[in-house]
Amino acid sequence: MNSPIVVRIKKKRIVELLANGKRVDEREPTEYRKIELDSGVIERAEGSARVRLGKTDVMVGVKIATGTPFSDVPNKGVLTVNAELVPLASPYFEPGPPGENAVELARVVDRGIRESKAIDLEKLCVEPGKLVFVVFVDVYILNHDGNLIDASTMAALAALVNTKMFKYEVEDGKIVKKPGYTPLPIVNYPISVTFAKIGDKLVLDTGLDEEEVMDARLTMTMDKDGKICAIQKGGGSGYFTKEEISEAAKIALKKTEELRKIVVKG
Amino acid sequence: MKASKKKTKQETEKKSAKKAEKLIDKKGVRLDGRKLDELRPVKLEVGVIPNADGSAYLEQGKNKILVGVYGPKEAHPRHIARQDRAVIQCRYHMAPFSVDERKSPAPSRRDVELSKVIREALEPAIFLEYYPKTAIQVYIEILQADGGTRCAGITAAALALADAGIPMRDLVVACAAGKADGKLMLDLMDTEDKVGEADVPVAFMPNLNAITLLQMDGNLSVDEFENAISMAIDGCKQIYALQKEALKLKYVAAEEAKEE
Repeated sequence: MNSPIVVRIKKKRIVELLANGKRVDEREPTEYRKIELDSGVIERAEGSARVRLGKTDVMVGVKIATGTPFSDVPNKGVLTVNAELVPLASPYFEPGPPGENAVELARVVDRGIRESKAIDLEKLCVEPGKLVFVVFVDVYILNHDGNLIDASTMAALAALVNTKMFKYEVEDGKIVKKPGYTPLPIVNYPISVTFAKIGDKLVLDTGLDEEEVMDARLTMTMDKDGKICAIQKGGGSGYFTKEEISEAAKIALKKTEELRKIVVKG
Repeated sequence: MKASKKKTKQETEKKSAKKAEKLIDKKGVRLDGRKLDELRPVKLEVGVIPNADGSAYLEQGKNKILVGVYGPKEAHPRHIARQDRAVIQCRYHMAPFSVDERKSPAPSRRDVELSKVIREALEPAIFLEYYPKTAIQVYIEILQADGGTRCAGITAAALALADAGIPMRDLVVACAAGKADGKLMLDLMDTEDKVGEADVPVAFMPNLNAITLLQMDGNLSVDEFENAISMAIDGCKQIYALQKEALKLKYVAAEEAKEE
């Protein structure tokens, strides 16, 4: 972390620029950095994707296992999202169990997928109450240059779309693999956009410099029908007004649609 | 894995309870007799823990929440200290007996997230720059949970901070609105939250018109979402009046004791 004085000088400069509608890297306030997406980058995983958002680099692997369903939803598969802020990705990341930033990241990604009902979990039930498939979504941050949430939701969605399930038959209550694959039943496409409030301006897709000086952060996740399925405010000791939130919702509606086209092709 | 499984369970419980019963009758009255835009009865009290620098107790419906504040004091471990301001250490914690099925006292991933967002909801209110290199500890204990505990925790924590004499720009007050049975409603209780379609917790500083916590899960159109925020803010304003009342009451009580 930079010293408070450096942060203050940086903030002054960034706020001055924003007053004239400019950003440190010359982007528009709602413009994303270059998005590069590769799917199927890990052969051993049932699904995977890597998203580069400028210099931010996120890999998501999906593994499928079998397990028992929760007793209250015996006919549904299980979704688990985990995030690792891998120490090689930033001088500020340290080895050890997930801290609050990693937990928050995982839970925001999870909420988008879960609340939009992106995976048809009922199709992942083998034997109600006894045997279901468990979808593990592991978010792996490889380089941190800001906006980990949006990069992670995009990579997670791309990885899920890319996921192949092996074909199987049930014999004596056990799963026997058969040759061939079927896609994971994906029925919705949640995309998040994360705003930073810097001074009194809202910007999208913050770089690390901007994140260091932002007053507050607001993530909106929308599904394919433009419905909001998850929101998270965070990141600093600032606040939003109701008017700013309304403005953000309008921008999010457009922007999520744009990004969805990049992540889900065809 | 274990922790995340628990969370998954909590969230899947929502769906399983679905359609078990109607939440709103034909007259628009909810299970506990409230109207759609009506809060649960709120009871607030400050100065309830003698050892703490500040404390508050809250009841909102069946929620029972205790908050203790310590500090500003020397930051520990020392590396968390900041040269230019105080840091807030916030712990949201549910008692093992606070919910139907015993909750392990170890912090779940939900607890970790809530501790973070609650801290970030309180920070904008506090003049942190007055106390560099110190820590202010906010301990929120959920003794009984009945839906909306993060909001109730914030409401009580702001009172405890004020009770500790920590300079603040405004009190922070929180309340959720949501959607259940196809209708927007204020201050969802446990059953409404679990069965409902969406939940929008909001923390607010009325004097500054500032939203300091905002989350949502579920499914809402942009219009519904904006209405839900307005509804939650109205609820916040009602609780805000009760907060101020509770703070005053402490000094009135002290004054009366002196006179006797």
